[in-house]
Amino acid sequence: MFLTRYPMALSTNLRREMSNLLDEVFGDWPNGSTPAGRGFPALNVWEDAEHVYAEAELPGMKLEDIEVLVVGDELTLKGSRAEATGENATYHRRERGAGEFARTITLPYEIDSDRVEATLKNGVLTVTMPKAEAARPRKIEIKAS
Amino acid sequence: MTACQSIEKTNSEKPVAARVTPAGRAFAPAVDIVENADAWRLIADIPGAGPNDIDVQFENGLLTLRALVAPRQREDVRFTHREYGVGEFRRSFEIGEGIDGSRIIAKVSNGVLVIELPKAEKIKPKKIAVKAG
Repeated sequence: MFLTRYPMALSTNLRREMSNLLDEVFGDWPNGSTPAGRGFPALNVWEDAEHVYAEAELPGMKLEDIEVLVVGDELTLKGSRAEATGENATYHRRERGAGEFARTITLPYEIDSDRVEATLKNGVLTVTMPKAEAARPRKIEIKAS
Repeated sequence: MTACQSIEKTNSEKPVAARVTPAGRAFAPAVDIVENADAWRLIADIPGAGPNDIDVQFENGLLTLRALVAPRQREDVRFTHREYGVGEFRRSFEIGEGIDGSRIIAKVSNGVLVIELPKAEKIKPKKIAVKAG
C-alpha cells in the first residue's frame, strides 16, 4: 500500500538512507557525519520571527580557536583544533579529526551583523543572528474599505 | 598487544553478563585511543554533554560510555538546515587485562571526554640496566 500511494517518497527515503549509510563509512571528519561537498562542521540552522540561529558541534575547541563572521546573508565559521595528545603517544584508533576548518553557509535572510552573538558551551557553538530590519515579518493591517 | 578492542554493543557475539539494555537510538561518539608509557587514553567527542550528563561504567572488562544530551531546541522549531541530530551517545569497549580498573579516571571539558586507563604495574615497560660481566 505504501508503495502504490507514495512511490516517490519510497525511492527518496531509500536513496537518503543509502546516502547516510555510505557517508558514515566514507564521509569526512568528524566520523563521516558530514557528506562530502558540505564540509565541516555540520550545521543546524533555524529561525523565528526576529532571529536566525545556527548551531555547530565543535568539541575540544576554545573560544580563541574559533572565528565567526557574518556578512550580509553569509555566515562563516573558521577555526582549528589541536591534537589532544602529547609526545610519545601511539594512536591505536583515530576517529576524531584535528586541524583547520572553514565553512561558509548562505542564510535565508540578511542579517544585522552588528548585533550577532555567539556562545560556546560544552563544545556546542550557538550563533544568534538578528534579521536585518527589511527582512523581518511585518504585520499588515487590513482595513475595511 | 591489543589491550583495548572496541565492540559495538549491538554486534557483540559473546554473551555478556545480563544488564539492562538501553533502548532507543544513540549516536556512537568518535573516539581516539592513545597509548603512552603509563596509561591508555580514550578520547571521545561528546558535544553538548557536561559532567552530570555522562555515565562511565567499567564492569567485567567492558567499559561503557553513555552521555545523555537533552535536545537543545523545541520540537516545533522551523529548521532551514538540519545536518546532525542531538541525542544520546553510547559506545562500549572491551578492556584487556593490563589495565588497573580501580584507577580509571574520566574527565570532560569542552564536550570532550578523556578517560585515562592506567596500566597495571606488571605491564609497564621497564628499563633493564645492563651490567658488564
